[in-house]
Amino acid sequence: MTGLFSEVFLSALLFGAVTAAIPLLLAGLGEQMSEKAGVLNIGIEGMMLAGAYLGFVGAFYSGSLWLGFLTGAAGGVAVALIMALLCVRIGLNQIVIGIALTLGLEGLTALLHHFQFSRSYPRLPAADATVIPLLSDIPVIGPAFFKHHLIVYLAVALVFAMGYLYRRTQLGLNLQAAGDKPAALDVAGIDVIRTRTIAVLTTGALAGLGGAYLANVGAGLFIPFITNGAGFLGIVLAMLARGRPIWVLFGALLFGVCLSLTTAMQVAGINIPTDIIQMLPFLAVMIMLVLFGRRASLPAALGIPYERGAR
Amino acid sequence: MSIDTAPTANATALDATNAAATRRDILHRLLMTLGPILIALVIAGCILLAVGVDPLAYYGFVLEKGLFSPLGIQQTLTRMAPLLFLAAGLIVAFRAGMWNLGGDGQFLLGAVTAAAGAPVFVQIMPSWLALTCAFLIAMAVAMIWSLVPALLRAYQGVNEIITTLMMTFLGTSLANVLVKLVFRDPSTTVPQTRTLPVEDRLPRLFDTTITSGLLLGLAAIIIVHLVMTRTAFGLKLRIVGANPRAAVHAGLGVSGLTVAVFAISAGLAGLAGAVDIIGVQGNVRADWNPAYGLAVIPAVFLARMNGFAAIGFVFLLSVLSIGGESAARRLGVPNHFTLVLVSIVLIVLALAEYFDHRYNQSRRA
Repeated sequence: MTGLFSEVFLSALLFGAVTAAIPLLLAGLGEQMSEKAGVLNIGIEGMMLAGAYLGFVGAFYSGSLWLGFLTGAAGGVAVALIMALLCVRIGLNQIVIGIALTLGLEGLTALLHHFQFSRSYPRLPAADATVIPLLSDIPVIGPAFFKHHLIVYLAVALVFAMGYLYRRTQLGLNLQAAGDKPAALDVAGIDVIRTRTIAVLTTGALAGLGGAYLANVGAGLFIPFITNGAGFLGIVLAMLARGRPIWVLFGALLFGVCLSLTTAMQVAGINIPTDIIQMLPFLAVMIMLVLFGRRASLPAALGIPYERGAR
Repeated sequence: MSIDTAPTANATALDATNAAATRRDILHRLLMTLGPILIALVIAGCILLAVGVDPLAYYGFVLEKGLFSPLGIQQTLTRMAPLLFLAAGLIVAFRAGMWNLGGDGQFLLGAVTAAAGAPVFVQIMPSWLALTCAFLIAMAVAMIWSLVPALLRAYQGVNEIITTLMMTFLGTSLANVLVKLVFRDPSTTVPQTRTLPVEDRLPRLFDTTITSGLLLGLAAIIIVHLVMTRTAFGLKLRIVGANPRAAVHAGLGVSGLTVAVFAISAGLAGLAGAVDIIGVQGNVRADWNPAYGLAVIPAVFLARMNGFAAIGFVFLLSVLSIGGESAARRLGVPNHFTLVLVSIVLIVLALAEYFDHRYNQSRRA
């Protein structure tokens, strides 16, 4: 048991936690933006899968991780485009379309992978880490938090950028209004449909990026259904964070620790079924909901398509 | 359907036009369902062409294996049983305005308890009683599982989408833990529950392989439909669904009704798990999760939460999944293509419904 708490083990555990948290963070931030604007994006799992597949393919053939991230984000946007068209412009039921998109992308990415690689799962070379000087020398925490691929730091920076966006900019206020009182935004002369479309497409880009990170850096390969519910966790994170990006970060880290614990326990040879450890993050969320549930709030117009002049 | 019963000898002219209208309506509904499905098949066919598979051959297999071969149609009808229970549960929840997205967790827990209970019960009591007991405990476990989201929604106002999603992840893992640790069959190397002997499973219908679970499923969904549309209880639930605040003003016990809705919805999902185990599978293997619940949700929506229409959509889903599985094996297409096919069908149907609605509105205006 003492081996469990060695410096090396702890820092590996935390490193894994950060790696596992990044896709959730990106998905959660994306979902948060959609939800703020009044669109409940259940299709986020599909967007992540599209990002994971296209991100992997992009990186695999070009040899460049950055190009992979770009194609991954583009894949997420492509799915988001369908969502925006069907749910924002036409106003179809967001849950029906979201689930349909998730199912479809699960199938499509698995299918494309099969026809491209058959049963082989080629690996990408390990991503090179950007080591932050000085900070990375701190024992345990240093190697865990400050030796990651550059995109990890960018994702964390994004948390603060989004916080600024929501609180200090006109677009942020518009997004909030599109979710809370779309009619008022319309009266103010701002296009609700366009605001929501921007939100959904941004969600797609972030979810796609999250998927690409998951495949390219987290796993180093693409396997069908690789997201394994990460998109749904993103939805939960966004709902729990109540509109504040920093809480998405904390939530993602909490989930990340639980996910990393699963792997670490297996490596350490501890004989608890992984399923029990996998339950930890969800259990944590449920306990939080039981304790603080009353205070959870969602935008008033969440899930309701906006139609001009309709009551 | 019942056109010939409507106008009798003393029917007024009004009745006659009504009958004609219903006939036109049914024809219209049929067109509005078959048209989009054809369009969806063409779109999915293009994807097949793109990956180098002959779409006509694929669809040929789907139809043959899912609908026209004796074995295929029997499998299709068998597959319908759990889907019908799930759809019935969703109809109750959705009509009452509650998003029970936790169907898969409730389904699996129901399945695992039925799988654990049934082989034990059949040894100590007559078969019919044993199966009934297995059904009942599966239902009870699923109901208890839904208590947390139900109470949170009823008394704390916590959004049930998030809680049911969480509970479904928890339920899936818990079902696995139960299979691997508690209910594991010690006589096998692979982790799975004890297998219910074939002769103790639900009786087959006539001389076919169709499980009688199909009849139970049909009964469940029709009863749910009638309760929701014809009874005071159903009316109360629909009022809660349409406008919860108005329901409070009307003096309805919204909190109690909310808990009831979750219990009924989850109970039916648990029964779905039980009927799949007791009727077809016989045991639960670790990591088994067919994710029926997720696929049924859009189908119930497209049926506009109407029980009879839902039967049609469940049948369609069943044909596509059984036919798709066989076609996949024959043509070397991964089984995952069925998911693509189902999702395209769902999206095109939703779009068609929208444009139909739009067209009707503009004609009326």
